[in-house]
Amino acid sequence: MSSEELDIKPEELLDFDYDPPQKDWMDPSVAFRKGTYCYSAAPKNLEYLGLPNPRDWQPHDKDWKLPPDWKETILDGMKDRLSKFRSFQLFMDICVRCGACADKCHFFIGSGDPKNMPVLRAELMRSVYRNDFTAAGKILGKLAGGRELTEEVLKEWFYYFYQCTECRRCSVFCPYGIDTAEITMMARELLNLVGCNINWALEPVANCQRTGNHLGIQPHTFKDSLEFFQDEIEDITGIKVNLPINKKGADVLFVVPSGDYFADPGTFTLMGYLMLFHEIGLDYTWSTYASEGGNFGLFNSHELIKRLNAKIYLEAKRLGVKWILGGECGHMWRVVNQYMDTMNGPADFLEEPVSPITGTKFENAKSTKMVHICEFTADLMQHNKLKLDPSRNDSLRVTFHDSCNPSRAMGILEEPRYVLRNVCKHFYEMPENTIREQTYCCAGGAGLGTDENMEMRMRGGLPRGNAVRHVQMKHDVNRLACICAIDRATLIPLVDYWAPGVEVTGVHELVGNALVMKGEKERELSMRGDPLNEMEDDEDV
Amino acid sequence: MNALYALFAVVALMLLAFLGVSTADLNVLFGAIVPYAAVSVFLIGVSYRVLKWATVPVPFRITTVCGQEKSLPWIKSSPLESPHNGVYAALRMALEVLAFRSLFRNTRISLAPDEKSIGGKRIVYSSNFFLWLGALAFHYCFLIILLRHFRFFTEPVVFFVPLLQDLDGFFQVGVPGVYMTGLIFVAAVGYLLLRRFSNPQVRYISLAADYFPLFLLLGIAGSGILMRYFFKVDVVKVKELMMGLIGFHPVVPDGIGSLFYIHLFLVCVLVAYFPFSKLVHMAGIFLSPTRNMANDNRAHRHINPWNYPVDVHTYEDWEEEFKDKLIAAGLPLDKG
Ligand code: HEM
Ligand code: SF4
Ligand code: SF4
Repeated sequence: MSSEELDIKPEELLDFDYDPPQKDWMDPSVAFRKGTYCYSAAPKNLEYLGLPNPRDWQPHDKDWKLPPDWKETILDGMKDRLSKFRSFQLFMDICVRCGACADKCHFFIGSGDPKNMPVLRAELMRSVYRNDFTAAGKILGKLAGGRELTEEVLKEWFYYFYQCTECRRCSVFCPYGIDTAEITMMARELLNLVGCNINWALEPVANCQRTGNHLGIQPHTFKDSLEFFQDEIEDITGIKVNLPINKKGADVLFVVPSGDYFADPGTFTLMGYLMLFHEIGLDYTWSTYASEGGNFGLFNSHELIKRLNAKIYLEAKRLGVKWILGGECGHMWRVVNQYMDTMNGPADFLEEPVSPITGTKFENAKSTKMVHICEFTADLMQHNKLKLDPSRNDSLRVTFHDSCNPSRAMGILEEPRYVLRNVCKHFYEMPENTIREQTYCCAGGAGLGTDENMEMRMRGGLPRGNAVRHVQMKHDVNRLACICAIDRATLIPLVDYWAPGVEVTGVHELVGNALVMKGEKERELSMRGDPLNEMEDDEDV
Repeated sequence: MNALYALFAVVALMLLAFLGVSTADLNVLFGAIVPYAAVSVFLIGVSYRVLKWATVPVPFRITTVCGQEKSLPWIKSSPLESPHNGVYAALRMALEVLAFRSLFRNTRISLAPDEKSIGGKRIVYSSNFFLWLGALAFHYCFLIILLRHFRFFTEPVVFFVPLLQDLDGFFQVGVPGVYMTGLIFVAAVGYLLLRRFSNPQVRYISLAADYFPLFLLLGIAGSGILMRYFFKVDVVKVKELMMGLIGFHPVVPDGIGSLFYIHLFLVCVLVAYFPFSKLVHMAGIFLSPTRNMANDNRAHRHINPWNYPVDVHTYEDWEEEFKDKLIAAGLPLDKG
């Protein structure tokens, strides 16, 4: 299903208000309405990963086939995590319910459902915490805001904690930095303990554990795909770019999210990388074992993050590279920036990253030894190492969507903008409440980007969609650039719904267009194979 | 409903103190025992809370980044929004604590008709710094009022008290001079309370535990204002009582007036309630991992004390599994 097939028209979707219902939120109730939740994980995926309680079930079933001691398991799991994560313990204790975060969540903004206010999402769990882990709650119960953990409450957890994309926007506005994403991560870990997983978040993990990437692409197919892009590039530029795979002793290991070699428009970005590396003569390698930079473990549990992420350092060591370069991906960079070194480091077998072309030391990455492609490319551009013809992107009027994780879990805001300004002449920002640290989610992150969840995705996509529409009307913007593979999949239906006519693009796709390569033939086609200066021209005639 | 429970609780507490002192003659209980008990509960409770938080590890560096990180030297970073070292993280925290930086960002959204937008409506953002202003006014007035009370706790009176009194009573109105902080305090707490009633979302999420401290604070401020401007109590005796308490030689002078005991009792309740409620946010904010950590993960390794080994699909096993595919694709094998 694409958003066009979503049989709710935008007018109908917007037919709601923000007034909460009469009913007290403490009474648990969820209706699993089609289009607003994700399906359960297939038992084979749980089995492959050795996770508890694999079985056939669906959230809309009455009987969830929970293990008999499910409640104990969850409460024990909570206790365990309260003693392991200060964030969790503290965030359970200090919220003052000021409501500053309330209207900062895209899912609340697009649905009006009060339980999508970050504070109330967190209260769904906090109420159980108060009931079972605080003196006041044990004595006063409901009067102290306590709620017993019942099956209804568990179902509510499932519904609303798989209706949070862990985007951390709420955390920016909270006076104490309470990060509802952190609470969601705990909730999902707890749900996972009793087998309440969603397939879109878990199947990629099982695939990745086995084959090395989320999509389950095996080494021969991986190589075929890259060779296909090599041919495409040759058609466009006349140059056969080099394609080093599993090359021992290369300077740099390059890791990308698998979406980039699987589907458009990520593939165009990947072609951009291939051309760039060829042009600057980078001694690098792809890997078929570490063929995934993304990490859907993040959307399930900390343990699964670590299991998948381990491959990157293992492969860097096996291949004997000096450092690692990472492609455009959002949640991958949350993992690289906030978890990788802690979980699987120290990477003392690698060297502190230095650009072999410019000699720049990437001091900010001297411990993880992993550099973001936008940092790398921005540095090349600043040193004038690339010959660029931005006029090749003249038919594009570009805006930039900051992805949640690169902005709020890393802070890479300027580099992609610098790159964009160097490769295209028409660049326009969306309104300031919707970009940089205040950026809005694509509403399909954290494993929720599946078709059965389309209504909720379009609801959550409203604030981003509005902002794109705004620059579309004001500046004729026709391209939405981003540095995230999930975005490159989820923003497409979003803009089709809320800002039709805009296309989604990776930043390095535009670099590929603008890059003047030594010995190339006269460029007539864009990375997409469209005639260069007529792309999308006749759209608004 | 939740608000009513809270209001009842506060009124009941006031009555308790009033009846206790005026009919049952429990001055010693309310003038000495309760204050000592309350302060003990506060000290033990807050220490317990803070120690409990502090002993829970911070496994990952999960800074919420609100600005450009420090990366390439020619890219301007925002060290206060994305601190790259401990000093800037401390400054960021100082801004949060002293100026409520994050709350200052607050905006309000609404869905307004807009013909150019798909679906005919769009999200509009309006500035909304009243919460910030109200919260800031309330907290600073609270602080100043607290400090002004040191005239009862110190002999000779500490230097800052007259200073604050002068500043605070700058606009001399009436006799005795009206302190601005007292009025602003009531207005600010009143606003915070009103907001809880009038903002539908905030009303929806509010628990009894959210109304209770606000009513309590209004009770404290109200009784204080009454004492100062309307029903005078014997300030000299109050000071005698306080100095006695502080010197651990409690004396409970006669004839202070029950209004004072109501005031004191409500303060004691607030103090004792503090560690078991959301009011501990005062201590908690300093420990908040998303705010008190530098965003320097890639430059300095953060250690997780309970990091444990996990099941990884190693390269060797992986190669074994995909051997045929690797050979067919002409990719090199490690195990020849
Ligand atoms: C480091 C010191 C403190 C900081 C940074 C701080 C910060 C905040 C912030 C940002 C809010 C949210 C705004 C609001 O809900 O109005 C708040 C609420 C509140 N604070 Fe504090 N606070 C501190 C100390 C205290 C202390 C010592 C008290 C003692 C009574 C206190 C009592 C309250 C109350 C009752 C509220 C809730 C107001 C409401 O319900 O709307 N705070 N605080
Ligand atoms: S902004 Fe923070 S303190 Fe306020 S309600 Fe939200 S989570 Fe709680
Ligand atoms: S993390 Fe994002 S999706 Fe989750 S509650 Fe906060 S704003 Fe909403």
